[in-house]
Amino acid sequence: MNELLRRMLFLPEQGSTLASRVDHMHYFIVLTTLLVGTGIGLTGLVFLVRYRRRGDHTVTPRIEAPNWLEALYISIPLSLFLLWGALGYRDYVWARTPPEGALDVYVSAKQWMWKFSYPEGIGGVGVLYVPAGRPVRLLITSRDVIHSFFVPAFRLKMDALPGRYTEAWFEAVRPGRYQVLCAELCGLDHSLMRAEVVVLAPGEFEEWRARQQALPPVAAGESSEVLLREDLATPLVEQGRAVAVREGCFKCHTVDGTPHIGPTWRGLYLREEPLTGGGHIRADVAYLTESMMDPEAKVVAGFQPVMPSFQGRLNAAEVASLVEFIQSLRPERPVPPAAKEPLYEQRRGR
Amino acid sequence: MSSAADAEPAVPAEDYLHAERGPWSWLTTHDHKRIGVMFLASLLLMFLLGGGYALALRMELLTPGETVMGRLAYNRAFTLHGVIMVWLFLIPSIPSSFGNFLLPLMVGARDVAFPRLNLASFYLYVLGAVMTLWAILQGGVDTGWTFYTPFSTATGTDVLPVLLGVFVVGFSTIFTGLNFIATVHTMRAPGMGWMRLPLFVWAIYGTAIIQVLATPVLGMVLVLVALERVAGVGFFDPARGGDPLLYQHLFWFYSHPAVYIMILPGMGVISEMVPAFSRKNPFSYRVLVWSTAGIAFVGFLTWGHHMFVSGQSTFGSGAFSILSMLVAIFTALKIFTWLSTMYRGSIWVNAPFTYVLGFIFLLFFGGMSGVAVAVTSTDIHWHDTYFVVAHFHFIMVGASLMAFLGALHYWFPKMFGRRYPESLGVGAAVLIIFGFIATFLPQFLLGNMGMPRRYADYPEHFQPLHVASTAGASLLGFGFVIVAVYLGWSLRHGAVAGRDPWGSRGYEWLSDSPPPEFNFHEPPTFPDRPHDYAEREDRPEVGHAL
Repeated sequence: MNELLRRMLFLPEQGSTLASRVDHMHYFIVLTTLLVGTGIGLTGLVFLVRYRRRGDHTVTPRIEAPNWLEALYISIPLSLFLLWGALGYRDYVWARTPPEGALDVYVSAKQWMWKFSYPEGIGGVGVLYVPAGRPVRLLITSRDVIHSFFVPAFRLKMDALPGRYTEAWFEAVRPGRYQVLCAELCGLDHSLMRAEVVVLAPGEFEEWRARQQALPPVAAGESSEVLLREDLATPLVEQGRAVAVREGCFKCHTVDGTPHIGPTWRGLYLREEPLTGGGHIRADVAYLTESMMDPEAKVVAGFQPVMPSFQGRLNAAEVASLVEFIQSLRPERPVPPAAKEPLYEQRRGR
Repeated sequence: MSSAADAEPAVPAEDYLHAERGPWSWLTTHDHKRIGVMFLASLLLMFLLGGGYALALRMELLTPGETVMGRLAYNRAFTLHGVIMVWLFLIPSIPSSFGNFLLPLMVGARDVAFPRLNLASFYLYVLGAVMTLWAILQGGVDTGWTFYTPFSTATGTDVLPVLLGVFVVGFSTIFTGLNFIATVHTMRAPGMGWMRLPLFVWAIYGTAIIQVLATPVLGMVLVLVALERVAGVGFFDPARGGDPLLYQHLFWFYSHPAVYIMILPGMGVISEMVPAFSRKNPFSYRVLVWSTAGIAFVGFLTWGHHMFVSGQSTFGSGAFSILSMLVAIFTALKIFTWLSTMYRGSIWVNAPFTYVLGFIFLLFFGGMSGVAVAVTSTDIHWHDTYFVVAHFHFIMVGASLMAFLGALHYWFPKMFGRRYPESLGVGAAVLIIFGFIATFLPQFLLGNMGMPRRYADYPEHFQPLHVASTAGASLLGFGFVIVAVYLGWSLRHGAVAGRDPWGSRGYEWLSDSPPPEFNFHEPPTFPDRPHDYAEREDRPEVGHAL
């Protein structure tokens, strides 16, 4: 019955303990609505046929509502609605009260990505790893405008507000991959602000966590810096990497293919990039140099014009070494984190 | 068909349309009827523009990815669709056009209480509309019609002209509301007590109270956003110690009651038409009156149901949920009462009455889905998805629009003295109702699937339902074209209507069609209760297309 109604109402799979509660309330609402609607519709239909106008001068009786009928008209829907409200509120309170011992995850939203971090310091962008069968408490905030963390399969939604933490929790019922969407208009790429919840079996999750902790801290870019030592073939490339570290480029640019605050450098060299103002640009030496000196001249589409200018801070040799470093980050080597199953296997392997 | 009333030489040349001539006489008129007609024309223009945007949006959403516009263009398009439809069409629609035209007629007055203010309110509306449209030419705004901060204070698009445009339109709304309240209080014909007011007047009166009490809050919050944008005052920006939720509270304190500004007049229209076409007295006049007052009052206390997932307190959400249920009760009461009015009546299903049926259908499902999203737990899933889009289109747009079109057909003979082809009217009404349901029913299911609103692009599994919705939208658009064509044609070539073509007992039908310049040739007396049909001979000029 649950499965039949879920499919008829186009609801997504029930990936969390909240989902089935919300859905049962949903079925109750839909069924009572249809029942009452059918009653009203049939009554109207009968009246339309039975009392249709038969002549220009038909005389009709004067009928006024008796008090008891008015009382009935008020009390039946009122009790129905209050019942809905009360049952729904019971589930809502439950959904707003994280159980003891939940796994904490900090969710930080920004235009247009979701960043997840665990209290012990590990974390990442775009993919939230959680164990199945254990409550997870999300502490959600935003770095710019209001976003809303929405996992349809979990029936879970909570706004991410700048300057505040909001709280939500869920317990995933089985391993799988679930889409995260942003539900509050947050600008140009609102509709592309997607992420994924990867629910692992508890053992696998612990393995994943242990491996993550073994890695050096993963502030964006730094991890990839470590991972990519094999790329550093020539002294000039090595020097470029040092310049990038010194100038803080990795705060915004990753080298593993993940877009962050700025475009990733992985495979950037000679790539055709769409621009915010329309048109495309080929990321050649000229463009890379221009972007360091006058970053707002040609902004790649989907990114905010937030990069500072390095005019006067980099000399010619440093620019050349940076370009050389970017060139060395060839696209074919690492796998970008697209939504494909083997991806996580490879990551674990690193 | 035609009748004794037409044959009477009731000084035919001096109706309000011909009392003075030339565009200047229209632009400087103080006649509430002419102002109502000018509002009607401007509103229809805005509806055309907003509808054009709607079709463009549906085209874009036909497929995932970029079809006819980019993401920025899409964000701008849905913002302007919302701004135009909400602020420039739905909120002023029935009160400013039909309310202006009918209210003095229905209370037996020569005009509204402040005719000059009435004209000023029209020009403020035009000014606000021009400012908003100017913003479109400047490139447009991408904040959505709700202007949520901090996005609206941070975005690079030019929000100010639109904020100011809406601010100015708000003053037009306030002036109109003030005028209606003063008119109902001071200008009723001798002997017309409060419980003898026509139901449409009650509805407009309730609406006017919301307009006067709530709109200033909107004006204030728009000024705050403008200050925040221009001067960086930190009302809403947490970096400056502001509160990002404060805006939502202030905004919905106006904008939830605003929903009742859109729907109450529609309910008034339906309360006029159900007795008229059932030839029955209302099943309970007092229920229809008190539910109007109840909606106008409780409507102020429900704004927090827009914020169940915003991080507001859990208790607050529960309280707003229950209060929202109360508003739904008044609506349910009205539906039951209309239905009961038809009992043992003499029902004439013509074009206006088809819209009545469409209205009741859309109001029922729009209202029930409204109660459903007021249930706190289910709203967690539905909030900001297409379910909400479908819900508010059903009730704000569908029901209001049905009432608007019903009113247009019902009072068309009164306003212009002509009739339109009735069978064509019924056909178009059926097409519009069907098209509307076909457009928005799939969107309920899209919301269930989890499709968020305001998405320029979407994951592929949402596509089939989007295709269905777009197909419905094209049917709907086609329906409107038909209505526009035959009503335009009827303005000149329709059959002469006569004083009371429907056999209605509404007071406005006691005047000529179209009415003379000061509404009545001699001071009117209204001997009967309003909508009193029982056991009485019908007026002679009624002609039925049975």
